[in-house]
Amino acid sequence: MILAKVIGTVWATQKDDGLVGTKLQIVRPVELDYKEKTNFFVAVDAVGAGVGEIVLICQGSSARQTELTENKAIDATIMAIVDKLDVIE
Amino acid sequence: MNLAKVVGTVWATQKYQSLTGAKMQIIQPVDHNKEVTGSEIVAVDTVGAGPGEMVYFVTAKEAIIPYPINLTPIDASIVGIVDRIDIF
Repeated sequence: MILAKVIGTVWATQKDDGLVGTKLQIVRPVELDYKEKTNFFVAVDAVGAGVGEIVLICQGSSARQTELTENKAIDATIMAIVDKLDVIE
Repeated sequence: MNLAKVVGTVWATQKYQSLTGAKMQIIQPVDHNKEVTGSEIVAVDTVGAGPGEMVYFVTAKEAIIPYPINLTPIDASIVGIVDRIDIF
């Protein structure tokens, strides 16, 4: 999984039927010190994350391993909201 | 599979229900000389690796296999702790 920050939301009325009822969040990967990287992508929110929160994202076909995203055209799912990181270095 | 060093832990109370109780470790992909080969990722740990230990991990959908609950969104899992590496 990767660490990312929720930076926005995508609203789309015309979309694949499987995506109806899913929350599409714009997320930007972050470093361990929460410094934002430059790229971003869209992930389906399975845990109700708010904008600005640091989350964990699962990508690829594993992203479909939830009741919300099963058998749908989804390759990235927000599956945890980070409380704290313990980093040794 | 790839080699990595465990560099931390992620604490998350709000998460997908089947992840309750899962230990999520921050791992730094490295090569056999412990040179960094990629940015850190988070992997579910089912073998009980400690911080600083060298491990090897599996990515993609195969990462779900070690985990007891099948319907779980995981794309990286630690599957072994390295004792020694012999290079010929």
